[in-house]
Amino acid sequence: MKTADKSSNASLAISSAFVFSSSSEQSPLHLFWKRFRKHKMALAGMIILLLITLLVLFAPLTASYDPMKQDLLNRFQPPSAKHWLGTDDLGRDLWSRVLYGGRISLSVGLLSMNVAIFLGTLIGLSSGYFGGWIDSILMRLTEIFLSTPRLFVLIVLGMFLRTLDLPNLQAGSFLPIAIVIGGLSWMGTARLVRASTLALRERDFVQASRALGSSHARILFRHILPNIASPIIVSATLGLSSAIISESGLSYLGFGVQLPTPTWGNMLSNTQSQMTTAPWTAIFPGMMIFLVVISINYIGDGLRDALDPRHISR
Amino acid sequence: MTTYLIRRLFQAALTLLAVSFILFGLISAVPGGFMTVYAEKSDMSPEDLARIRAKLGLDDPIPIRYLKWLGNLAQGDWGKSLTSKRPVLQEISSRLPNTLLLMGLALICTILVAIPLGILSAIKQYSWFDHFFTTLAFAGQSLPVFWFGLLLIILFAVLLRGPDGRPLLPGAGMYTLGEPFSLIDRIRHLILPISMLTFVSAAEYMRYLRSAMLDVIHEDYIRTARAKGLREQMVIYKHALRNAIIPLVTLVSLDLPSLFGGALFTETIFAWPGIGRLYFTAALKNDYPLVMATLVIYSALIILSNLLVDVVYAALDPRIRLS
Repeated sequence: MKTADKSSNASLAISSAFVFSSSSEQSPLHLFWKRFRKHKMALAGMIILLLITLLVLFAPLTASYDPMKQDLLNRFQPPSAKHWLGTDDLGRDLWSRVLYGGRISLSVGLLSMNVAIFLGTLIGLSSGYFGGWIDSILMRLTEIFLSTPRLFVLIVLGMFLRTLDLPNLQAGSFLPIAIVIGGLSWMGTARLVRASTLALRERDFVQASRALGSSHARILFRHILPNIASPIIVSATLGLSSAIISESGLSYLGFGVQLPTPTWGNMLSNTQSQMTTAPWTAIFPGMMIFLVVISINYIGDGLRDALDPRHISR
Repeated sequence: MTTYLIRRLFQAALTLLAVSFILFGLISAVPGGFMTVYAEKSDMSPEDLARIRAKLGLDDPIPIRYLKWLGNLAQGDWGKSLTSKRPVLQEISSRLPNTLLLMGLALICTILVAIPLGILSAIKQYSWFDHFFTTLAFAGQSLPVFWFGLLLIILFAVLLRGPDGRPLLPGAGMYTLGEPFSLIDRIRHLILPISMLTFVSAAEYMRYLRSAMLDVIHEDYIRTARAKGLREQMVIYKHALRNAIIPLVTLVSLDLPSLFGGALFTETIFAWPGIGRLYFTAALKNDYPLVMATLVIYSALIILSNLLVDVVYAALDPRIRLS
């Protein structure tokens, strides 16, 4: 958890990069945890998220039915002891589908967030550190990406992926959609990282390292990156929740992960026509998205308070 | 200022050109592309398809096709919808009033809700009022909008019934089929979509305004105003709000393009015949000219609103235009 040493003064950054755990009482991680747990909602969010993640991760154990198994004699069963959340239009068990769907939704979220943070950090770092024409080109590129209506472009890309007709592999089918979402979500991070890098570039410890003959890569990844880790972590948290929302929205519209593979988004797709007979089909998958997203957002809020002492969330 | 303005206009034009080229390339690269709509018709022979390809100029390389498309655009020809065969611009302009009505009203409601709540939350910081509404706003920002729309329909158009036994509010469309236009009917159809839009954006606006107010309230000039013996009302609404509202104005200006693009989820869920729904159905039916035109107009408006915000800021703050 090298990231926690954001709290240390920048002039200590060189030394702190080498010190991960000093005495147990004063370690950065310990300080971080002390501040983080003050944020009650963030703590609650963490517990809920952990719980949902475990349930979803161990879906083969926690699910009571095969999520794909149709049972046409038991369509639209309301929630009961046998089917905890009821059954859908094809008689599939909703509890099991919610758990298996969560695997896809969370994986897509995590993957897109990683793509976005990777691109954003790389572009922001190069732009801020090298400046000049590299900066101009990268910032124009960022501007171009920011000038398009995101959801509308995501739909075009979803349309594109649909016509490509990729083999519907169990694990592989959500990969393209995750990359597409990530590829359209890096701009905020890039601007943030660029601004932080610009501020650090002229600092004494960076100059010193340069004078000692360090390579660009060493300066960037050894000195600058650890110091901007906390804004990156916060934006990664918020990026995760927005990626989950994007995937579910896109899948809801039918341009994301395709049925029958369940995700929290596409499970809602056909529910509007079933609302009078089986409203529960529309309630539970959406509630999972909401719970996960609000938990992550509160965690992000808590992280911001804990990692950046100057920022007091009021 | 003039040189700054010219430079920014030039940049904006270049950005729009780049955006349109990328989007055009993307759409043209879709396998099957413009032809999907014809290929789906089984009564077409391969020769027919080849003839249509040639007629549409689809055998040219993409940059050439882009230039042709741009040339047509310059002459006011945005192409024809592949499904309805009507000119694309006509399709868009027939839907535009509906979207403007929905989004305009939603924007007004959002501002009317968010400004008082933001101010009150800030001046009563940490009160139960503040806690309640900040938590609600946090929830609003974490809500998947489409799910919220479904919940509204379940509650108001399915479960709750009016005295006559019919659903309390209509859950779809702009008017009741088969009835003559009436204002009451139109308002009843607007309530649910507008509530959905207002809740979600008011949550964002309110949080912005609240934190901006809190920043401003602790400034020295506010203390000065109080020390002068000004009434608290005067201090808050005249001195503090004027500065705190600036980020909100930016936020609203950046949201203005959505007056055109509409709210895709809201319009889809409530069957509101606006641009968002038009775009969605066009994408479902692979109607590329319509998709392309909507994207380009929308992007142009986004670029324009960014430009507007920058220029206004530059006009107010000379430091920006010099750097």
